Amino acid sequence: MIRWLVAAILLLFGRGKPEPPPTPGLPPRPTHPRAELLALALLALVPGAVVVFAVVYFTSANTQLLGLTLGGAFAFAAAAAALAANRILPQDTHVEERPELDHPVEQAEVEELVAEAGEGVTRKRLLVLAAGGAGSALAGALVLPALSCGPDATKILSESPWRRGRRLVDEHGEPIAAHAIELGGTITGFAEGADKERMASSVVVVHVRPDELDLPPERTGWAPEGFAAYSKICTHAGCAVSEFRYPLYDPTSPKPALVCPCHYSTFDVSTGGHRIFGPAGRALPQLPLEIDGEGHLVAAGDFSGRVGPSWWGVRKS
Amino acid sequence: MRVVAAAVCTLVLAGSAAAAGDPQHGKQLFQTGCASCHGLDARGIRGRGPDLHGAGAAAADFYLRTGRMPLDSPRSEPQRSEPAYPSDQIDDLVAYIGSLGGPAVPTVDPAQGSVSDGQRLFAANCAQCHQIVGRGGAMPGASIPTLLHATPTQIAEAVRIGPYVMPRFGPDQISDGDLASIARYVEYAKHPRDEGGWGMFDIGPVPEGMATWFVGALALVLLIRVLGKRAGE
Amino acid sequence: MVGGAEELIRKAVRALDERLGSAPLLKKTLRYVFPDHWSFMLGEIALYCFVFLVASGIYLTFFFKPSFQHVIYHGTYAPLRGTEMTKAYESTLQISFSVKAGLLIRQAHHWAANVFVAAIVLHLMRIFFTGAFRKPRDINMWVGLTMLGLALFEGYAGYSLADDLLSGMGLAIGYSVLMSIPVAGAWLAALAWGGPFPGGEVFIGRLYIVHVLIVPLAIATLLAIHLAIIVRQKHTDFRGPGRTERNVVGTPLWPSYAFRSLGLMLGVVAVLFLLGGLFQINPVWLWGPYRPDLATNGAQPDWYIGWLIGALRLMPPLEIHVFGYTVVPNAFFGGALFPLVVFGFLYAWPAIERRKTGDRARHELLDRPRDNPWRTAVGAAFFTWVWLVFVAGSLDQAVAHLQLSYVQQIWIFRVAVIVLPIVVFFVTRAICRDLQRSELHPLDRRPTRVRRGPSGGFETIED
Repeated sequence: MIRWLVAAILLLFGRGKPEPPPTPGLPPRPTHPRAELLALALLALVPGAVVVFAVVYFTSANTQLLGLTLGGAFAFAAAAAALAANRILPQDTHVEERPELDHPVEQAEVEELVAEAGEGVTRKRLLVLAAGGAGSALAGALVLPALSCGPDATKILSESPWRRGRRLVDEHGEPIAAHAIELGGTITGFAEGADKERMASSVVVVHVRPDELDLPPERTGWAPEGFAAYSKICTHAGCAVSEFRYPLYDPTSPKPALVCPCHYSTFDVSTGGHRIFGPAGRALPQLPLEIDGEGHLVAAGDFSGRVGPSWWGVRKS
Repeated sequence: MRVVAAAVCTLVLAGSAAAAGDPQHGKQLFQTGCASCHGLDARGIRGRGPDLHGAGAAAADFYLRTGRMPLDSPRSEPQRSEPAYPSDQIDDLVAYIGSLGGPAVPTVDPAQGSVSDGQRLFAANCAQCHQIVGRGGAMPGASIPTLLHATPTQIAEAVRIGPYVMPRFGPDQISDGDLASIARYVEYAKHPRDEGGWGMFDIGPVPEGMATWFVGALALVLLIRVLGKRAGE
Repeated sequence: MVGGAEELIRKAVRALDERLGSAPLLKKTLRYVFPDHWSFMLGEIALYCFVFLVASGIYLTFFFKPSFQHVIYHGTYAPLRGTEMTKAYESTLQISFSVKAGLLIRQAHHWAANVFVAAIVLHLMRIFFTGAFRKPRDINMWVGLTMLGLALFEGYAGYSLADDLLSGMGLAIGYSVLMSIPVAGAWLAALAWGGPFPGGEVFIGRLYIVHVLIVPLAIATLLAIHLAIIVRQKHTDFRGPGRTERNVVGTPLWPSYAFRSLGLMLGVVAVLFLLGGLFQINPVWLWGPYRPDLATNGAQPDWYIGWLIGALRLMPPLEIHVFGYTVVPNAFFGGALFPLVVFGFLYAWPAIERRKTGDRARHELLDRPRDNPWRTAVGAAFFTWVWLVFVAGSLDQAVAHLQLSYVQQIWIFRVAVIVLPIVVFFVTRAICRDLQRSELHPLDRRPTRVRRGPSGGFETIED
């Protein structure tokens, strides 16, 4: 209400001023009193919205009210500017000439200027070659310090905390008792004492019926009592292969598998982690397991292959 | 860091709920509604439906109250829908299946759980399939349900029995106290703290991308359309 | 009051001119002509988003801690109390819950990034379909494409800094794509991360400086070059009365266009603050902290990286290995080769078209899409292809929320990304040719006048 009053007063004052005399020879500019009034009203709303914004900031600081008032203030100002641009200010159309981009004479002169450098030089090609070689050598020298950015890749990629006898622990560091995992159950295990965040540390343990397993002959005994462990890091793009499906009634349901929730690569837990769907180009590495005297899960060796996403030497080392 | 589970153990075996039903009437209902797949004696029919001896009241309660059973065809995927039986008939059916042996319907009290323990347990054990705030997800071969409609009891049942292709978690892996915390977190996640405004179903960047184009970009394109002119104007 | 303002202006202009000789330049600037078509302001939206991103980003640096040091959370958000997390993630939670207006600025910053890339893509499509990239502007298209590539990387680096579950999963995929580069991949990944994934203080320090300094500086430099080239060459225009290859017809900078642009700038800020206050974006507190053994279903990148996750998901399980060496790991196809092909096509397009048409002339007047059916059809097919791959990146959401089988959809999309672009090519070309004949406006179907020519046939009359 007060804002409208202010706007009205401003409008009256504005009208009270004498217009400058029109330039002789040109038609007088059209005036837009209604658009001006609307712009004034919009401009008057801006400080209003800002005041509410400030009040909200110093009281509840509610994000929705802050956004509404601050965004509203800018919206009113935007509307006023748009109104000024398209309704109030002079709507002149101007014509400009485009610059000429093509300068044939200067082009020839530049070519000559550049070529002047070679005048009187006898072994031009050899010198250019030598300079090129020197430049490349300098560039190479500057690249070398960049190598300090990271350690030797082959070394860090071949590190694995797993070896025979290394216990599997849960995320609290407690050893995992085999009997705690029900048939059709799963748990995430880590190498005892190793950094949990390293790609080679985590495994996903699944418990299936021993008669469901059809592991390759060289992996006989890798999954005692149906407990099989696979690397938890997908061989495709490094996410945690953590979806485990295990049918309650197998004749009518999909068979047991581990699935990565990033790109849905699906690995068969019965046959040693072979890919059955999705983009992964490699099987999931399997970790051989044993059950120790206390009934805890223990590694019986290292993984069947390299852990994590594929690289040039993933099948070599 | 070890979840303080034992102190808030709230799960009690709820024999009383099952006792409310009439197993004899349940058997009659079973023989008309369920026997074509599970057999007249609930011993199962090979390739159609499993033996229900040992399935327990928990499984029967879960499958019937979430409308996942009966199925149209033995090969279709059980999915949540309106229950096919009224509540008292489900009581009878649950009593009958319970009388064949197996785990009873668990009782879980989310109020006894801790929402932060629940968040950590859910992130470690459930989020990979059900999404971090339980909105459901994808898996080749199955669709993963949203937990928006799941009651605390149904969550406890699902964790213990592992319905359809879901893995199963026993009390030595996820204690009854942990289960209460998970149920409490799932209750929280149904209406999470959407501090930033409209949560857009809390499923992440896909609706955010849609809002980018259909709210943000669209509004600004309309603005420049108003500010500018069309060819020949 | 008005008289006082005039006096002030006179004084300022004189003072500047006496010291810098600026009056001729100022006069030229104020009279600089902008053609009026609305689509010429798409790039301006991106410009103002960038300005907003810099300003809001500076604000966020006052509170964000780029550190992977582990802490136990004791803040106001109950579901994460007692959870171990990095300082980066903890400080993002603090910005969201403890800094007044912090969440508003954080969300507006994120929305600005999303709208920034959307505006660049719309601008790019406008440039493509109107032939604005032809000589002499091919050079400026390359500058613009480079900025688009940098913008994608900048956005990815930005949401990766928060170290929530989604950002960590995104970094794992980025690491894998880097690893997949033939021969040098493992070495490059170790260099970038300064060690094995997920990296430590060194890595997040690098990611931070890349996000807050190096890439923004590169974008700002290219932006200056982009605008300088426009000023030098002047803007293109559509054909129309009085418009030739040798002039520019439109609104002068002062006063009308300046206010139009001011209105757009204020409008961009308004939309970003309204989005930031009313639409929740990236609620990091819901995702929880990242650890390499954790994952959430339905994890998605921001929309402008969606085409890459789509390509990674659609790619069949091909992995080329010879004599034990994995020459091309699978992630390379979707994560590296696909964007290289897309950007390569766009960079090469001015040359491809020049080769096909033999047209080496300078062009200042734009084509309407129908004027060049071949270009429009190729462009429509190309953008359809990229768009389909992009949509394939969100199929898991369709499974969860529309009850469609994921496996079937992947196969449908594997076929569709090959078949549909071809269909779109022929349909678009036919539509363009039909529009050329009828001279109708595709949207409002303005009637055209037709007259009978001297030879007896019909012809349309252009207004």
